Amino acid sequence: MVKTLDKVDAVIVGSGWAGGIAAAELTKKGYKVVGLERGKAQKREDFVGAKDELRYDVRKLMFQELNKETLTIRNTLDETATPNRSNDTNAINGTATGGSGVHWNGMVYRWLPTDFEFHTKTVEKYGEKIIPKDMQLQDWGITYDELEKYYDQFEKTAGISGEPDPLRPGQRSDEYPTPPMKETDIIRTFTKAAKDLGYHPYRIPSANISETYTNPDGETINGCVYCAFCEAFGCDFGAKADPIVTVLATAHKSGNYELRNNSYAVRIVHENGKAVGIKYVDTETGEEFIQPADIVVVAGFTFTNTRLMLLSEIGKPYNPKDGTGVIGSHLTAHQRNLTHTRVRGFFDEKKFNRYAGTGALGVTLDDFNVEQLDHTKLDFLHGFCLRTSQRGDRPITNNHVPADVPSWGKEFKDKSIFYANRRIDVQQQNGALAWRENYMDLDPTYKDMFGDPLLRVTSKFHDQDRNIVRYAHQRAKELLEQMGADHITIPEITEETEFDKSSLSDHTGGGVVMGDRPETSAVNNYSQVWDMDNLFVVGASSFPLMGSSNPTATVGALAYRAAEGMIKFLETGGGQLVKEKETAKA
Amino acid sequence: MADNNSNNPKNTNEVSDPGRRSFVKNTGIAVGGVAGGALLGGLFSSRSKNNNSTSTATKESVKEKRYEEARMYFTRIADFAILEQAVERIFPEDHNGPGAIELGVPYYIDKQLAGPYGSNVGDYRQGPFIGSKASAADSSLDRGQIFINGLRTMDVESLKRFDTNFVKATEDQQLEIMTDFADDKVEIKGISSKGFFNLLRSTTLEGAYCDPLYGGNRDMKGWKMKEYPGAIASYAHMIEEDKFVKMDQVSLTDYQPK
Ligand SMILES: Cc1cc2nc3c(=O)[nH]c(=O)nc-3n(C[C@H](O)[C@H](O)[C@H](O)COP(=O)(O)OP(=O)(O)OC[C@H]3O[C@@H](n4cnc5c(N)ncnc54)[C@H](O)[C@@H]3O)c2cc1C
Ligand code: SF4
Repeated sequence: MVKTLDKVDAVIVGSGWAGGIAAAELTKKGYKVVGLERGKAQKREDFVGAKDELRYDVRKLMFQELNKETLTIRNTLDETATPNRSNDTNAINGTATGGSGVHWNGMVYRWLPTDFEFHTKTVEKYGEKIIPKDMQLQDWGITYDELEKYYDQFEKTAGISGEPDPLRPGQRSDEYPTPPMKETDIIRTFTKAAKDLGYHPYRIPSANISETYTNPDGETINGCVYCAFCEAFGCDFGAKADPIVTVLATAHKSGNYELRNNSYAVRIVHENGKAVGIKYVDTETGEEFIQPADIVVVAGFTFTNTRLMLLSEIGKPYNPKDGTGVIGSHLTAHQRNLTHTRVRGFFDEKKFNRYAGTGALGVTLDDFNVEQLDHTKLDFLHGFCLRTSQRGDRPITNNHVPADVPSWGKEFKDKSIFYANRRIDVQQQNGALAWRENYMDLDPTYKDMFGDPLLRVTSKFHDQDRNIVRYAHQRAKELLEQMGADHITIPEITEETEFDKSSLSDHTGGGVVMGDRPETSAVNNYSQVWDMDNLFVVGASSFPLMGSSNPTATVGALAYRAAEGMIKFLETGGGQLVKEKETAKA
Repeated sequence: MADNNSNNPKNTNEVSDPGRRSFVKNTGIAVGGVAGGALLGGLFSSRSKNNNSTSTATKESVKEKRYEEARMYFTRIADFAILEQAVERIFPEDHNGPGAIELGVPYYIDKQLAGPYGSNVGDYRQGPFIGSKASAADSSLDRGQIFINGLRTMDVESLKRFDTNFVKATEDQQLEIMTDFADDKVEIKGISSKGFFNLLRSTTLEGAYCDPLYGGNRDMKGWKMKEYPGAIASYAHMIEEDKFVKMDQVSLTDYQPK
């Protein structure tokens, strides 16, 4: 028996940045909000003394438990997808209070103005012909200028430490709220080499913050102590901006927020074109509930957002054969085995303090990002950033050796120890564009713990995806040569380099994309579902492309925009907040 | 609580413990903001090492008995003996320091396999298992079974090729067999030999470098070889240094508040 609970103003699936921002903004305005979080409760106390590489980084304690639900993966439409069974292959999402925002690194980049109008700008500059067949480009229905104030709001909530990108003058309405983090030998070495080559390096904007800071909601984030247990860990010191110390704290403080942990959302309940609430299972007791609400917010990250839409039969599922429908389309990602690869420089004479650091401590440059490149001379669209970061190398997961050294045995042991602190890595991160046959739907074979179909991912790399990475690797190599590296290893990108189980991560977008009209998008620029006015689907699921840097600032900005829309909707009694674009309809 | 010595003024070990000393030195100036006093103050106040064998004479002459080192997962001594040889080939003793056996890697792996990791408790296990010959993650065998099948196949291979058990084979013979496993040239039931080898390799490195609480990285000797300091609370005081800063190692036993 499903028990129907008392109605509230809003029910929100997920307590990560997206759900947390919506919760904070709505509860500040006095609305009663229930948050549903499938994972357990957690708070800062859980992270004190947790400097355990094996438990957190290797065994992925803070990531989604795949025994409950996972994804299935295949390359092409005629293949059978197989499940991603273990976090050894790929750990994808966060799963307890605060979501992935608790164990993230905290690199907080803004995306480029071009990203939001990528189709228009590309055609304007190069003509329609430059777009490869089967590539899906479209605009977001919102411009960077419209989004800028929400970026600013997210940066101020999180206390971001940074300095402006010298190549993007006039794109910020305000400074970063806190100064850049400390400089290390690795940062100095990279910066010097980059400047010598005529590039424009600047410090990676960081949510591990440089000094104690109180945000506009009155929440205090501590100054980072560079303890080097950031990525995959919760912060021991309350020094990493995460949803727990910021937006969820604000929501709780209002007295209007109830977060229910161990509450697994299984359906968006709807009647007559209107969302009624969320059906969920209390995983501690097995009981099923419906939480009714005036507005329903789905903020469970790309995969859950897409899957809940499909399971609840809202919107038209995307059909890769004829390109009709929208739910599931525009799957893009920064894949670990392609976009996220690194070029490594080994130094025989120089030792760096690699064991020390923090998630977002580093330096980056945009000299190869979209506008800086002439794409008529290149075999790819979009662009990339180059950077080095010093996260603090932990010993199990960092045993890198020059290319000719074996991966086990005598020589391996000797060299992996010798080079443990004699290395600088240059990482490239490029924009990933959507392809017609890369999409998500429901798997015909495999089920989750409730018996519902898993989400199936179909995706294949294209020449363009490989070419941009190969090009970026060469630029990274030149930088390392300038730094004086004695050995440089470049990941080999061959035709066999293919989308696989390691390809999906928290940098995955699409499925419920944003746009200016319902034929090609699922939500408007307030993340409001076109055909269900009181349903908002928030997060990276709305990205029609993946920009060339980390996505969360954009998730945060869109979430602030969405929250503004939700408040408008509640205040004015409903309706569509955006008119679909008339001109484009024709 | 069990650590009665922490409040005992006669407990001079507390001061000489290298982990604690470097912690105090390293964090005294470093920690600012709200984190400072409250959190760090509590970190060590109730914890100090109760180290009864500080004299080097005792340490060298009497091998310390480790009551936690007995087999928990492997039932056959023969399987465990193959495991010891195999992990030592992956991470051998050399001029840098101890190899996998001395670091406690075989017992580390035994303990891991006896726990949830060994039976894939956290993984998605619903069939059909397609492509189970590929990797450990895709195999229908759990990790414990993979080790048993893999290690025994190494022995079979040794008997076949060299007419002797794997543990009695020469180092070169062992290496030859293991190389073929790594290159996916051997048949194992339920998993590819490469899939098994990769699991063996990754668990060996885990055992060499994990926090000693898991039974590997004995006496933090893995960390010492790598000049990895461990669970240091703060690097704020030295993060800007140009020179390499060598530090004493700190384990979670030293670090965690109790
Ligand atoms: C290791 C790591 C490092 C990262 N580093 C960076 C970085 O440096 N910079 C950057 O920009 N981004 C980074 N990211 C990505 C970043 O964490 C995400 O973009 C961001 O957290 C997404 O926020 P979200 O709220 O949309 O989703 P999430 O944080 O995933 O939150 C979704 C929440 O919904 C819950 N949920 C999901 N499904 C259900 C359901 N059915 N019922 C109930 N609850 C559900 C989940 O448990 C989760 O708590 C990193 C991610 C990881 C994992
Ligand atoms: S490095 Fe800084 S932000 Fe990261 S966990 Fe340590 S104190 Fe927190």
